[in-house]
Amino acid sequence: MTMLFGVPLAVLYGQLLLGLINGAFYALLSLGLAVIFGLLKIINFAHGALYMLGALCAVVLLNTLGVNYWVALILSPVLVGIFGIFLERFLLRRIAHEDHIYSLLLTFGIALVIQGVFTNIYGVSGMRYPIPEALRGGVNLGFMFLPYYRAWVIVAALVVCFGTWFMIEKTKLGSYLRAGTENAKLMQAFGINVPLLVTLTYGFGVMLAAFAGVLAAPIYSVSPVMGANLLIVVFAVVVIGGMGSIIGAVLTGLGMGIIEGLTKVFYPEASSTVIFLVMVVVLLLRPAGLFGKEA
Amino acid sequence: MKMIKKTLVAAIASTLMAGGAQATISDNEIRIGYLADMSGMYRDLAGPNGLEALRMAVEDFGGEVNGARITVVSADDRNSPDVASSTVRQWVESDGVDMVAGLVASSVSIAATRILEQSNRLGIVSGSAASSITNEHCTANHIHYVYDTYPLAHGTAKAVVDEGGDDWFILTADYAFGHALEGDVRSVVEANGGKVSQAVRHPFPTSDFSSFILQAQTSGSNVVALANAGSDTINAITTAGEFGLTQSGQTLAALLLFLNDVHALGVETAQGIQLTTGWYWDMDDDARAWADRFYERTNVRPSMVQAGIYSSTMHYLNAVKEAGTDEAQAVRAQMIATPINDMFAKGGYIREDGRMVHDMYLAEVKKPAESTGEWDLYKIIRTIPGDQAYRPLSESQCKLVNN
Repeated sequence: MTMLFGVPLAVLYGQLLLGLINGAFYALLSLGLAVIFGLLKIINFAHGALYMLGALCAVVLLNTLGVNYWVALILSPVLVGIFGIFLERFLLRRIAHEDHIYSLLLTFGIALVIQGVFTNIYGVSGMRYPIPEALRGGVNLGFMFLPYYRAWVIVAALVVCFGTWFMIEKTKLGSYLRAGTENAKLMQAFGINVPLLVTLTYGFGVMLAAFAGVLAAPIYSVSPVMGANLLIVVFAVVVIGGMGSIIGAVLTGLGMGIIEGLTKVFYPEASSTVIFLVMVVVLLLRPAGLFGKEA
Repeated sequence: MKMIKKTLVAAIASTLMAGGAQATISDNEIRIGYLADMSGMYRDLAGPNGLEALRMAVEDFGGEVNGARITVVSADDRNSPDVASSTVRQWVESDGVDMVAGLVASSVSIAATRILEQSNRLGIVSGSAASSITNEHCTANHIHYVYDTYPLAHGTAKAVVDEGGDDWFILTADYAFGHALEGDVRSVVEANGGKVSQAVRHPFPTSDFSSFILQAQTSGSNVVALANAGSDTINAITTAGEFGLTQSGQTLAALLLFLNDVHALGVETAQGIQLTTGWYWDMDDDARAWADRFYERTNVRPSMVQAGIYSSTMHYLNAVKEAGTDEAQAVRAQMIATPINDMFAKGGYIREDGRMVHDMYLAEVKKPAESTGEWDLYKIIRTIPGDQAYRPLSESQCKLVNN
């Protein structure tokens, strides 16, 4: 067998693929954060809790109303997105003109409240969400056994990431959004409803988090604390990619997934730290992040 | 008027003196501090429902010992030894706490018992697994009550080796408990003629196990053992199922699995998994009767840890009553002198190193067809007698044992 640094090459291929799949989750989540930060300048610490809500919502929909996975994949993000719109409209907007630190503290507080309430109701042992019938089983790639569901995750995540990038960078609606964040007053003078645009953008960012949550439900244990650990990593990804850069968030998410996956093979003890190490190095060499514009 | 005053003074003085002769219970109050993970990944195995078990014990005892009121305080240790140290320090130094119960994550228990040793108070460890708690980390100020990694390894690992699983891949949670369990498993596997080819340490906690499961699959070992707990174990078992680990001929052995974990996994996923447990709610009439009362209050069936919290608190309060004092060493001596026969253990006893020795059970998760209800999860395959289950004193490194 061909070896690389004492690890069979076949094992390495498998780990690269798995890293890419985990990276897809990072990409989806950091994309939502980047959209919200880039356009609203809100550091959304509630993102992990909203991701969790997406997954939990899918479980509750299944258990109480029998809603299947494919419907939940749309319905759950919509419901959580509406919740996000309420958050923006009634809480975040009130402090929109204050310093960033206020929105950071507010969203952090919201996250703790959501997490605490659901921990009280559901405990932390987690709930199971069955893998949808059509995606059970897997295929033997020779170097690894790839469950169909994991393959679906990466396809779905990439399609959504590309769609979001396309919408913001290439469509008229996206140009309104970008212009609104550059100069809200001028946009308003042109007759564009900027506050509505802001609310919808936040709602969309939240939907992305909830969508990632539903994608994660069948493979991770669904519990109220599932977002808390992930959030810090995702923030590191956003910082590495460059705050607010959409393409940066997606590429860095995938890249960090791979780096983390490789660390799990060569030195597993460090796999929860490696992303922060990269963050430190990037901040030292390129303070604006890999894809950020130098201020 | 003067007369009345004099009588009053005399009366007060005599009460005080009489009190002074009897009141060897400090402040005339027994204060129990409950320290556990109340919100994190170990919440469900002890947590708020463990506090409820403690309160049940205090209520069943009548709320007082020899006229001294029993009060309970609680705190969330957030699985952090630092939080545990500062909480326990505050409890013993300014709040007059006499006994600390709960104690779940092994690293938390080791930190907490160190403080208890310095200030000579008592701790009863119910949730932790590391056998080092009564081995190299033993103190004269704590008791380890429910289970530890030694019987987990000897029960489950030996059963697996006996069935031909001789080449082990161990996936270990990277902290005190995981290391202790890995060490105990290694010695059992090797003593029974098997070998541990690889041990991989994963960060605590980990949500994505796919990479580790893939490493296990390509390792060529015939047993993949999980030396972790709580949501780590649940996630690992789920991922192993997704990647078809057992279909490709490998045996999956979960070394520490609590009732709430199996409940969360469901019998469909968890069926056939063998595990070692210190107690099961449906194992006999006493256990069932107590579990029914617990269920009425909490709507869940108790884990072995929650049952152990009730039993150990009762044992502690009885010892305080018998000894007539809450001084830690006197109470501990009384607890050691008294055998334990209750809903938790029959013929249990506490050794000089602080280990509570009682029968352990090798259980198997029922198949969906065998399970008659949501909580009907285990069948007990074998009883492991207490004196065989725990590390013998002759192998002990505890400073309280003369070896």
